[in-house]
Amino acid sequence: MAGPAFLLLLALFFLPTLGVFVIAVTDWRFGAATLSFVGTENFVETFADPVFRTSLLNTILYVCIVVPATLGLGLLVALLIESGQGFRAFYRAVHFLPYMATLSAMAIAWEALLHPTIGIVNQSLTALGLPTANWLQNEHTVLPVLAVIGIWQNLGFSMVLFLAGLKAIPTDLYDAAVVDGADGSFDRFRLVTLPMLGPVMMFVVIVTALRAFEVFDTVKILTQGGPAKSSEVLLHTLYVESFEFLRTGYGAAVTVVFLFIVVTLTLLQARIIDRRVHYT
Amino acid sequence: MSGGVSVKDVEKRFGDAVVLRGVSLDIAEGEFLTLLGPSGCGKSTLLRVVAGLETQDAGAVSIRGRSVDALPPKQRDVAMVFQSYALYPHLTVAQNLTVPLRMRRLSRAQRFPVVGRHFPGARSKIDAIERDVHRVARALEIDHLLDRKPGQLSGGQRQRVAVGRAVVREPAVFLMDEPLSNLDAKLRVSMRAEIKELHRRLGVTFIYVTHDQAEAMTLSDRVAVMLDGELLQVAKPISIYNDPEDRRVAEFVGSPKINLLEGRVGERGEVEVAGAVFDGPAGLEPGSKVSVGLRPEAFDLAERSGPGVLAGTVRLVEHMGADAFAHLDVPGMEKLLIARLPGRCGALASDGDLLRLGSNADDALFFDQSGARIRMTRSPAATPAQCVVNA
Repeated sequence: MAGPAFLLLLALFFLPTLGVFVIAVTDWRFGAATLSFVGTENFVETFADPVFRTSLLNTILYVCIVVPATLGLGLLVALLIESGQGFRAFYRAVHFLPYMATLSAMAIAWEALLHPTIGIVNQSLTALGLPTANWLQNEHTVLPVLAVIGIWQNLGFSMVLFLAGLKAIPTDLYDAAVVDGADGSFDRFRLVTLPMLGPVMMFVVIVTALRAFEVFDTVKILTQGGPAKSSEVLLHTLYVESFEFLRTGYGAAVTVVFLFIVVTLTLLQARIIDRRVHYT
Repeated sequence: MSGGVSVKDVEKRFGDAVVLRGVSLDIAEGEFLTLLGPSGCGKSTLLRVVAGLETQDAGAVSIRGRSVDALPPKQRDVAMVFQSYALYPHLTVAQNLTVPLRMRRLSRAQRFPVVGRHFPGARSKIDAIERDVHRVARALEIDHLLDRKPGQLSGGQRQRVAVGRAVVREPAVFLMDEPLSNLDAKLRVSMRAEIKELHRRLGVTFIYVTHDQAEAMTLSDRVAVMLDGELLQVAKPISIYNDPEDRRVAEFVGSPKINLLEGRVGERGEVEVAGAVFDGPAGLEPGSKVSVGLRPEAFDLAERSGPGVLAGTVRLVEHMGADAFAHLDVPGMEKLLIARLPGRCGALASDGDLLRLGSNADDALFFDQSGARIRMTRSPAATPAQCVVNA
């Protein structure tokens, strides 16, 4: 029980988490010499705070865009690569690159692309005679644009998982489907491919959802939560409260809420989906 | 042949590897034909060509007199049972059985998820499908498993469901690709009997692929022995065993393996083998070499040396109960000679003993250097007296 692994887990995970819970019920400010117990005050304040509520809603909206799109596009790209003849390794690598790259550096590249006047996005739209926008400074477009960057980044990850999942489907099942009369590719997809990818899908949904909940780099670098809090997300709120306003106790309370959401989500997804995708 | 399945000059290559080299085979309507051969001989590929899962590079396949070369598997009226069973793991047994019927009887719109069943005519078709599924499930005694998923079934139950999925379609031809090889030995024997019974009841053509000679011998009307993409012999099981046309057939069929001895033809056409002398078939060239095949059961214990008697030192005795297999080191033979002895005789023999084995020239199979059989020109030996049935 108290093996090295457990000690490491204790030191690196359980004790810090416990620390967060303890700080969350105090009014400690970072660097202050004293602190006092305030009970649930921080939590009450959290939920009364309109910034936190906006932040929570924005995060949920962001997750709701990123997860289905990453899942769908990842599967589509994987199917296209798998059905194609050549260049498989090349396509795989190209789609996987964003996942490997440092997101903060990529964010700066995206900033250049999205620049309202000299960015290639607006220049292309102008050339095509389409309306342009100040993508990162418009409160209606900023969150979808951040979501697009999130999808772009996670697509490679879900694609690689789907490719592995596709390879693991026994060819006998496709043969059986063909002999059974599933002669259209859509029939075979529905009868074999989609159900057999169930476990992979569950994994992609959970991992992508967790990563989407943790969105921070792009927000910090590109928008700082603006304009008018329209791209404020949980992790950014947490960061600003804890390390810019130095309200460590309040920040810890936000962290506890965040942790609660993430853990609940994971358990819920695993429970609901697990029953439908594992066939034994 | 118009009734069953006809395969003509079929060739198949995968890249540089030639898998089928001009295979021709006529299977009568209602016949049970087994493709027997070691793994990699092309028997599964031939089955897949008949099913339409592979396209042949040359040659033609027809089913019930109709050319199927241009038809997809769905229109060939064949059903297939796979070695892995290939059941859909996410569907219940009942749903697995309905798949082939839904794919055939329902239109694309009618089998659309959720809304499909509300299309005109769908309801009555779905009811009919369910009736058929239940009827087949009862016949195969899997009706109590209908709500389970394949993962919750034992190997034998999965096998039955796989057979059920093929039966429910009422196809013209059953294709079975090593359907019993994932079962344990005991279950394999009982499922073998069930497959035989199924064939008798349905009366349709079965093509059965196996590497297990016991399955081939017990199930088939005819056995087609395949090696390296060629059919070596197509005949009744008993002829395959007693009257092989090729040395490779003689070697593949029979357990323990047939003893092959190198013989030299003498002046008068007799064949000398490791010290024993047999009457050879007529017309052998004096001084040439022939292979002499003697099955382990072709030997009797002999009291003294004689023309057809081989002598060897016992190296190993395997006691099987009723029989014992003695492995003997015979001077002039590279491999050990295996002889089947009655169990009681075998119990007396032990390592190092000298045994004399007499054999009858009628039981010897002669092959030339290319492996082709050289038949005796005299009339075959009469049925052994103790084997006469219903005399």
